Amino acid sequence: MTWLTLFGFGEKGWGGLLVIGLLVTVAVTGCALLIGAVFGALAAWAKLSPKIWARVAGDLYTTVFRGVPELLIIFLFYFGGSSALSSLGHLFGREGFIGVPTFLAGALAVGVISGAYQAEVFRAAFRAVNRGEIEAARAVGMPLLLRFRRIIVPQVLRFAIPGLGNVWQLSLKDSALVSVTGLAELMRTAQMGAGSTREYFGFYIAAAALYLVLTALSNRVVDLAEARVGRSFRRRLA
Amino acid sequence: MTGMLDLPFLLDVMGRLLAVLPMTLALFILSISLGAVLALTLTWMRVSGIGILDRVARAYVFVFRGSPLLVQMFLIYYGLGQFPAVRHSVAWPVLREPFACAVISLGLCTAAYSAEIFRGALLAVGDREVEAARACGMSGFLLFRRIIFPIALRAALPAYSTEMILMVKSTSLASILTVSEMTGVAQKLIAQTYRTMEIFLCAALIYLAINFVVARLVGLLEYRLSRHSRRAPVLAQVLHE
Repeated sequence: MTWLTLFGFGEKGWGGLLVIGLLVTVAVTGCALLIGAVFGALAAWAKLSPKIWARVAGDLYTTVFRGVPELLIIFLFYFGGSSALSSLGHLFGREGFIGVPTFLAGALAVGVISGAYQAEVFRAAFRAVNRGEIEAARAVGMPLLLRFRRIIVPQVLRFAIPGLGNVWQLSLKDSALVSVTGLAELMRTAQMGAGSTREYFGFYIAAAALYLVLTALSNRVVDLAEARVGRSFRRRLA
Repeated sequence: MTGMLDLPFLLDVMGRLLAVLPMTLALFILSISLGAVLALTLTWMRVSGIGILDRVARAYVFVFRGSPLLVQMFLIYYGLGQFPAVRHSVAWPVLREPFACAVISLGLCTAAYSAEIFRGALLAVGDREVEAARACGMSGFLLFRRIIFPIALRAALPAYSTEMILMVKSTSLASILTVSEMTGVAQKLIAQTYRTMEIFLCAALIYLAINFVVARLVGLLEYRLSRHSRRAPVLAQVLHE
């Protein structure tokens, strides 16, 4: 079989399945980034808190989830979630093993890891916000939530974009590890194709190339986003 | 599920995980050494000023940083073995072994990340220091050994220790190539007992301990190398006055 039919979109081609795998990879990573944003914001808030127990909890979270292998964390969410679900099912009279949906387990695992990295990004970005602006907002009588929405979030996001771009790339690569749970994302699809056609080299090269395309595209998007949020500053510098 | 702290079980798990600690450490040390040598070569290519070498090194860094390590491992272990030419070559006894393939792919991957760190550190060496050394008549290898290398090494250490910790974590991927290291053993234990949380905590504790030791060792080296920028001890100050 030539590579054109192998990776084409014909009846025997794997092109369509690989593209679906690519989309699943993007979806897992996207969900993970959103989950991570919530965890990351909470952890950043905890780490900046004056209360010692909050700082300890925040530090514990970022240390553990940045220091333990991603694969182990994926196992934790997949097997841990499944045994919790199975014993819950047992309680309601259902026997046997109930697996967590692999997409959910994967997005949660990669999300919690990404949250630990995002916490550091948000914390550094928050530090970069001018104290005077927060004081000014307080002086004109803005309550906490309004201050957060109008003053803190827009500025933190601007300073955080380069860091968030890095975290996205990291999560994109972590999402390949979710393939061990059997979720048919890009890596798993390539494995299946390689196994059934014995064209290992071709399929893994194709997967690597598709990941590189994703990386290059996301670099471009991050650059555009940076230029867009920085547009009010460019003029002043010029 | 007991829900209580089952100490004998935890000790048993700890014992089984620690039994394969040498494998995890071997993967780490061999791949970080291979990676460092490759990274120095890549850095040299980037700053050589020779267009083609620079471009090859750039492409290398882009490819190995832009794709997941798992794909690279599979490409080397399963992908290369597909070709009869590889299977009949002298490299086959090495490429047939999961352990060797894991070390090679870990090393190739960390080389790309480390090369960028080393290049950044090299750029951090001040022009003034280099000029001063040149004015004293140093050049070539002597200039590199005495001036550029020590300054660049110190500048590279903080980022390099982060990369080393990423590599400690990455050794876990070798379990997918059937190398029996810590994460693989932890997964097997989880599949046998379904006591995910306890096994996870044991393994996490060991990985965090390794990271801590690595970070402290690099920190110690950094401390030793920045003796000149520390304040003099109080006694010395008193004597000076």
